Amino acid sequence: MTGLSREQISWRVAQDLPDGAYVNLGIGLPTSVPPFVPPDREVVFQSENGLLGVGPAPAPGTEDPELVNASKQLVTLLPGASICSHSDSFLMIRGGHLDIALLGAYQVSAQGDLANWLTEGDNKAPGVGGAMDLAVGAKQIWTLMEHTTKSGEPRILERCSYALTAPRCVTRIYTNLAVIEVADGLQVREIAEGLDFAALQRVTGAKLRPAPDCRPLRFVA
Amino acid sequence: MIDKRVACIEDAVRGIADGSTVLISGFGDSGTPFELLEAVLDQGARDLEIVLNNAGGGDDAIVRLLAADRVRKVVCSYPRSSLGNPVFDRLYAERKVELELVPQGTLAERIRAGSAGLGGFYTPTAAGTRLADGKEQRVFEGRTYVLERPIVGDVALVKAYRADRWGNLVYHSAARNFGPVMAACGRLTIVQVKEIVALGTLDPEHVVTPGIYVDRVVELGI
Repeated sequence: MTGLSREQISWRVAQDLPDGAYVNLGIGLPTSVPPFVPPDREVVFQSENGLLGVGPAPAPGTEDPELVNASKQLVTLLPGASICSHSDSFLMIRGGHLDIALLGAYQVSAQGDLANWLTEGDNKAPGVGGAMDLAVGAKQIWTLMEHTTKSGEPRILERCSYALTAPRCVTRIYTNLAVIEVADGLQVREIAEGLDFAALQRVTGAKLRPAPDCRPLRFVA
Repeated sequence: MIDKRVACIEDAVRGIADGSTVLISGFGDSGTPFELLEAVLDQGARDLEIVLNNAGGGDDAIVRLLAADRVRKVVCSYPRSSLGNPVFDRLYAERKVELELVPQGTLAERIRAGSAGLGGFYTPTAAGTRLADGKEQRVFEGRTYVLERPIVGDVALVKAYRADRWGNLVYHSAARNFGPVMAACGRLTIVQVKEIVALGTLDPEHVVTPGIYVDRVVELGI
């Protein structure tokens, strides 16, 4: 299979997080990003349940069952971390204080509409969590997802068919096949090695254009 | 003399009326007052509207309140659990419990607005989505905002770490989450803590919830 593995998508996103950034991690794929941040950069991870300065999973024997991240996984706090209530956490989130939110996605539209909370045909009670607050609040929204569904249907579309999380919020899309900037349409910044632009366009449901300096998307161990 | 301590958990939940709106702190299992909820199960109040982030999971006390047909409505952001919640899923599918799904930040802010005496607020969250259907939307400075109304709790059930007899509270780590905002929003705020310390022990600079919001504190040792 051409392109990156899921873990490599997380690696690729981590390479773009700037030194000093305050970053929220959505549930799912984004939670695997932090270990891949280059060691010379200080990136502060926020968790919606009131943590700023989230560290890695605890060593065995040191777990605190109440110290969890947004995905309810056990975490630690780094030196310099702080804890706040849900009110203050969503003040940070909604009030534009976070530089980047990394979110999973079901679908993204050519205008940057995001659908990541509800699929068609899911009859269980719906859950939205903090997704809508993050989508409208962070300065930039980067999504991490497979380029297509398991059955090969495109997830990047002219219009989302699933219920929206927020309109016009996604600024960058990272998939196993490409890195795409949402800026007046969809501009392909990187394309997986072994894949040409026409092949990428065929598995994408919205019109793409290559960046003038479009580069190969590759994982470097 | 002010003394908000109660001797036992049965006394802590005494008098919760049928039909009450009950705010429940916690995020998943973190900071959830499970022992108070067990006491509410025994106390017997029913027809409850519960306001919380999740809707329980596995076989916890929230799920058992639902299973016992004690809950009329759930107001929450994410009624799903990694442990599964087939009880809630069944009651929802059979329309035996009403669900009001609220984005998490909007939930926190509606509770804050309720505690702060506000009539509502405009938020950009959910604008242009189906969760804004039927709500007033207004454009300020070119951006669309949704009018959200406050939530006021008849009762708030909160887990904190340490308290004094005035009801001042500090929390443990990420278990703080909804505790402070809910504690300030209950007409009757009931708090379970690990320990109650002597007045003056808690550094005023470190008190997270001032005691004015708190009505009853019960020490559980956990």
